[in-house]
Amino acid sequence: MKNSRRNFLNFLIGGSLFGWIASIIYPVFSYLKPPKIPEASVNSVKAGLASEFPVNEGKIIKFGRIPVILIKTDAGEFRAFSGTCTHLDCIVQYRSDVKQIWCACHNGFYDLKGRNVSGPPPRPLEEFSVELQNDEIVITKQMS
Amino acid sequence: MRNIGLNLFNWIDQRFNISPLIDYMSKKTVPIHHHTIWYYMGGVTLFLFIVQVLSGILLLFYYRPGADSAYESMRFILTKVNFGWLVRSIHSWSANLMILFAFIHMFSTFFTRAYRNPRELTWVTGFVLLALGMGFGFSGYLLPWNELAFFATKVGTDIVGAVPLVGDFFLKLLRGGEDVTGATLTRFYAIHVAMLPAIFTVVLFLHLLFVQRQGMSVPENLEKIPEEKKKEMAFFPNFVIRDALLWMIVLNILLFLAVFYPWDLGFKADPFAPAPAGIRPEWYFVFMFQTLKYLPAHILFIEGEIVGIMFFAIAALAWALVPFWEIKRKSDSKPNPMMLIGVISLLFIGVMTILGYLT
Repeated sequence: MKNSRRNFLNFLIGGSLFGWIASIIYPVFSYLKPPKIPEASVNSVKAGLASEFPVNEGKIIKFGRIPVILIKTDAGEFRAFSGTCTHLDCIVQYRSDVKQIWCACHNGFYDLKGRNVSGPPPRPLEEFSVELQNDEIVITKQMS
Repeated sequence: MRNIGLNLFNWIDQRFNISPLIDYMSKKTVPIHHHTIWYYMGGVTLFLFIVQVLSGILLLFYYRPGADSAYESMRFILTKVNFGWLVRSIHSWSANLMILFAFIHMFSTFFTRAYRNPRELTWVTGFVLLALGMGFGFSGYLLPWNELAFFATKVGTDIVGAVPLVGDFFLKLLRGGEDVTGATLTRFYAIHVAMLPAIFTVVLFLHLLFVQRQGMSVPENLEKIPEEKKKEMAFFPNFVIRDALLWMIVLNILLFLAVFYPWDLGFKADPFAPAPAGIRPEWYFVFMFQTLKYLPAHILFIEGEIVGIMFFAIAALAWALVPFWEIKRKSDSKPNPMMLIGVISLLFIGVMTILGYLT
């Protein structure tokens, strides 16, 4: 009888100690978790005049808060992909010497269709649609 | 004058009874043998840590965290503040030397098997200190908010994000959001100047306490020689004076490097610029960085980077727990398995680091 009362008290005190620790840790972790900031979602951006964009060059365009790489191929065709390397989040660039998209961080290459062709990148780059509206380049997110 | 000092000592001794402690310390000795040199490496690391604390406090007087102010305040320190360039250069050089000496200290401990019973916890606390030291390096690297730091942080935190299950939570915790932004900088600032120093100080205190309590480890082959043939010197003053002399030499080397090879600030970070060619992290991360470069996109069905990250995580854990699983040498004729492991680790780190700088 005495023993079970002691067990009961141990359980009660131990349990409330656990609750007490949790009541401190939970707010601390919740505090550290950054709050979500609502952002207007961007569906398309204008990226300058097509006639002014040099052939065989690439440029990083601000698409909301993500970088998009816009490339004008030798044939004068525009292509746009997500500018973030699928390996470890670096920003890619266009290499006019090899006509491929290159990530300097870990030497990853993508072809002009955004496919990961060599190096460590595990996935292709997400493609964006490019349209010309009276010489104005418009990049649009593709609906998946 | 002497009387005043003695009176003051007695006054304190009566209240805190420090005589036994002084008695204990005055009897402390350090063994003399052909590996005695390695005993100084921990002390040098400690000295460089003290330099870090002092130069870091000085930097805090002018540094302003924030995406719009960090780089500008660093440029202000480097160009306008009297000796600002020197303080910053000392802080950067001393950080790198501290990590270097911590590595030397660790490998010397490993190869002399100083981690063995009863010093297991000294090894473990030492490993924790190295990990915290690298955390200092990683978090401090971002604070100038330059191009290299920005991408190093993107990659480093993305590696955390690749850890299964908890990765995403910790990625957001570290970045203060989805991406590396000014919010990340504020967090790294808090981690670098408040959180890490607090934890580091506690672990460092334990590490030093263990060393003081247990005394220096002696290599095994020297344990067997008879007592009367063993050589040793008093800790006070003989060892301490030698330590102080070495600290002076290291300070001079540090000042030479800081003055003649001042640390660059680089270009301001731009979240919408491609990663520059030739980008690499601080030298002590290069071996891991280089390994990740060599891994293919997929190994079997797992992404290459995850395999790499898991490999380093398991290797680090095994290294931290060396005293508890070490393989004993079977006979004197066979090569010592632990020596082999040590040499292979050292070679791997060395070769990967060199390759990282060549390619």
